[in-house]
Amino acid sequence: MIGLGSYLTVAAILFTIGVLGIFLNRRNVILMLMAIELILLAVNINLVAFSAYLGDLTGQVLAMFVLTVAAAEAAIGLAILVIFFRRRGSIAVDDVNRMRG
Amino acid sequence: MIATIAFYLFATLTIAPALAVIFARNPVHSVLWLIVAFFNAAGLMLLVGAEFIAMLLVIVYVGAVAVLFLFVVMMLDIDFASLRRGFTANLPFGIILAIVLAGEVIVAAMSWKAGPTLSGHAIPAAAQPNIVALGQLLYSRYLFAFEIAGLILLVAMVGAIVLTHRSRGDLRTPKVSKQIRRRPGEAVRVLDPGVGEGMKL
Repeated sequence: MIGLGSYLTVAAILFTIGVLGIFLNRRNVILMLMAIELILLAVNINLVAFSAYLGDLTGQVLAMFVLTVAAAEAAIGLAILVIFFRRRGSIAVDDVNRMRG
Repeated sequence: MIATIAFYLFATLTIAPALAVIFARNPVHSVLWLIVAFFNAAGLMLLVGAEFIAMLLVIVYVGAVAVLFLFVVMMLDIDFASLRRGFTANLPFGIILAIVLAGEVIVAAMSWKAGPTLSGHAIPAAAQPNIVALGQLLYSRYLFAFEIAGLILLVAMVGAIVLTHRSRGDLRTPKVSKQIRRRPGEAVRVLDPGVGEGMKL
């Protein structure tokens, strides 16, 4: 039978992949946003696994809120990305520090 | 038995596409792999009885967020090859970092019982459907948080529109306020031109 540990391990690996993605694709903001989605997915798996394990639905409610915030974050992030691209013609984030308001 | 097989299937099919997301050369492929990963994560959640979250994952992530990503990736004309510069330079250190982090998190996950004891027990048989139970909780105890979540979505929507909206100068859109302000008295003139006189314009 599959225990809580297996779920936590899957979530841990997924979280690590997300962090690795942010680290490796330092120039590509779109991939960074996708990596953040992966991290939030790992968090959700943890929440749902604990919710099932403890027999408490609060974890699933919290997972819903995480989902909400993830969707909002993706929308805002992509909007910022679009205006950044419009202004600079590239999405390389190395030179974001050269952007003057 | 079948649950075990299903778990390992879903877990493998979540982790392998997640790796493909960050290593794919083409960002469109990344988004498609992300969709695969989300589908299988939804399967993982179905296995522990979180049906509503699983469906929500498919609807919100696959239906909205992934499509949004796909839209932006395809809309922007980006030279992705140049964005991969520094990828191989970061790779060795990144892999080391990832292994250390994964080990740390897995150790933490395995020793979660070291803290204050939680009453761990098997998944109880659900007395009512998952959605019913979740709805009762959501609309009673977490009503305020639920409303705040809605507000966050509203703010995000307004923010995204405000950020990306641009007023173009070369469009000849009708000026609605001017049109509404027109009254029949000033718009129409009734003339009675005499014989031989032209119509005044």
